[in-house]
Amino acid sequence: MIKTVTQAALAVNEKLIIRKNSIKHGSSSKRLCIVTGIHGDELEGQYFAYLLGKHINEHLDCLDGTVEIYPALNPMGIDSITRGIPLFDLDMNRIFPGTKDGTMMETVCSAIIDDIAGADICIDVHSSNIYLRELPQIRISVPTAETLVPYAKMLNIDFIWVHESATVLESTLAHSLNMRGTKTLVVEMGVGMRITKEYCFQLFEGALNLMKNMGMWSGETKPVREPIVSMNGAVGFVNSNAAGIFVPTANFGDCVKKGDHIGDVLNPLTSRVEAEITAVCDGMIFTLREYPIVYGGSLLARILSDTPDEVIKKGGDQQ
Amino acid sequence: MRKEIIYSLKSPYRESLDVTAFNFGAGKKSVAVVGAFRGNEVQQMYVCSQLIQELKKLEKRGEIAEDCKITVIPCVNYYSMNIGKRFWTMDNTDINRMFPGYDLGETTQRIADGVFSALQGYEYGIQLASFYQQGNFLPHVKLMETGFTDAQLMKLFGMEFGIVRTPRPYDTTTLNYNWQIWETKAFSVYTKETDTIDDKSAQIAVQAILRFMSNVGIITKKIHAAYRTEIIYEAGVEQIRTEAGGIFVSCTEIGKTVEDNEILGKIIDPLDGETISVIRADYSGIVYFEYNKPLINENTVCFKIIKD
Repeated sequence: MIKTVTQAALAVNEKLIIRKNSIKHGSSSKRLCIVTGIHGDELEGQYFAYLLGKHINEHLDCLDGTVEIYPALNPMGIDSITRGIPLFDLDMNRIFPGTKDGTMMETVCSAIIDDIAGADICIDVHSSNIYLRELPQIRISVPTAETLVPYAKMLNIDFIWVHESATVLESTLAHSLNMRGTKTLVVEMGVGMRITKEYCFQLFEGALNLMKNMGMWSGETKPVREPIVSMNGAVGFVNSNAAGIFVPTANFGDCVKKGDHIGDVLNPLTSRVEAEITAVCDGMIFTLREYPIVYGGSLLARILSDTPDEVIKKGGDQQ
Repeated sequence: MRKEIIYSLKSPYRESLDVTAFNFGAGKKSVAVVGAFRGNEVQQMYVCSQLIQELKKLEKRGEIAEDCKITVIPCVNYYSMNIGKRFWTMDNTDINRMFPGYDLGETTQRIADGVFSALQGYEYGIQLASFYQQGNFLPHVKLMETGFTDAQLMKLFGMEFGIVRTPRPYDTTTLNYNWQIWETKAFSVYTKETDTIDDKSAQIAVQAILRFMSNVGIITKKIHAAYRTEIIYEAGVEQIRTEAGGIFVSCTEIGKTVEDNEILGKIIDPLDGETISVIRADYSGIVYFEYNKPLINENTVCFKIIKD
């Protein structure tokens, strides 16, 4: 059943409406929420939401509980290929939990949190941004790791990144829900503005497996992959120190050795190589730059170190 | 006056971004003033430029106190300003959400680190700040309450109001917050405009900053008193939100004293012109914020009233 979570009048003849598809069957009170589309340029979750909703609708007898799919928390952003909230230039994932007596988007965020809170599990699907491609992964802050890692392992993703918590990330949907006792997992996969069907199917199988483990799905599921669990220190960040165009020589998912040549920053005006980019540690490239223009500081790759406790370099992530 | 490039970033297609500081006096790092971090903060850059004009005169007349160094950085992100963008040109990130910065991090983290390195060690820090909300503000000074800076110091600016803000999680990556963590007493000065230049409120800001410098002994020239600054907490400011979307018509203006239940504005249906909502004051007080765009959504803050 399609339901309206919250709405607010826009200036001219239109309302901002946040909708969800609430699929309920059986007698169980179990509830799984799937949310995506907080960032308007992240579209991987759109296809995943479609796949999961379609499959459950076609096998409704296998469901015992409620699955709620929120495909577009930032519908105006998706509609206008805008990462943040159009008009305000704000990152929606920095204003949760919102307030009931705040501005339009604060009240919208507050209503979303109230609607999801109380679910047994919530999965918040992101897809990196337009600059980087990511292997399917789940990001979990250290304080919530003990609770969330067991569920993350059910989701058929390639690895779990347990990272240090930053104060600024306290404004995210996931943090706000976790603080209210609703276990929320943040999935990052693929690249902005695109759909990677392979990853969407991978997460789809994982969601069914999670539902089976929650006791709310009796349908067929497939074995899921065992993810690598990584602590923050075991991720190597490769940032550019030059400006130009980045052309990788390594591939996404490659296993590399420290010092291996993984790409170049080139100058199209002088035809010079501005910088040769090398791996900062042994390991697998799980993030690779997709958008070629770079400045000093632009993130080019992340490498999952083969040495679990190795501290290579700290870096920030943007949920 | 000595010009100094405090941070330089190479670009693949443009001239280098050279963040320029203007230094006056010599000796102890006394006060740093920073203008535009965002491409639309034209007024904030303008205030700094006018302050530099005044400081040049003071320096020429020997009216900068001994052992006092003043630094003004009018514009950090002129790359975005030159192409009409608000945030960083490449990835749309906000430099003022990247402090204290990180020299090995992403581009805007590196810019923030470069700027912050140059801004550390000053006794006082003043940022010409802007709001994300569209509208006009009564010029005021604001303090992010971290426990380090005494709110009473805001009185030394002699502006009408000094507002204390309790930081939210997203404030922890701003310059103002991090300045205080690194033991600089930091303030934000707000003027009426952001995207356009309002000379009258710009001059109020310039005089307020000079008054502060005079009151703490950084310049020797006496700046005449203006207001006995009233210190208030942001929570004590009444926010009035719209109950409908449509065309916004204001019936008041910033700085005006209004009575409880007085009509402040109205919302007109944009298609048939009917008045669909009347906006009234919930309390008596002074209007210190007024929305200034023709179209408005439901639940948008259209006025802020400092309650009597």
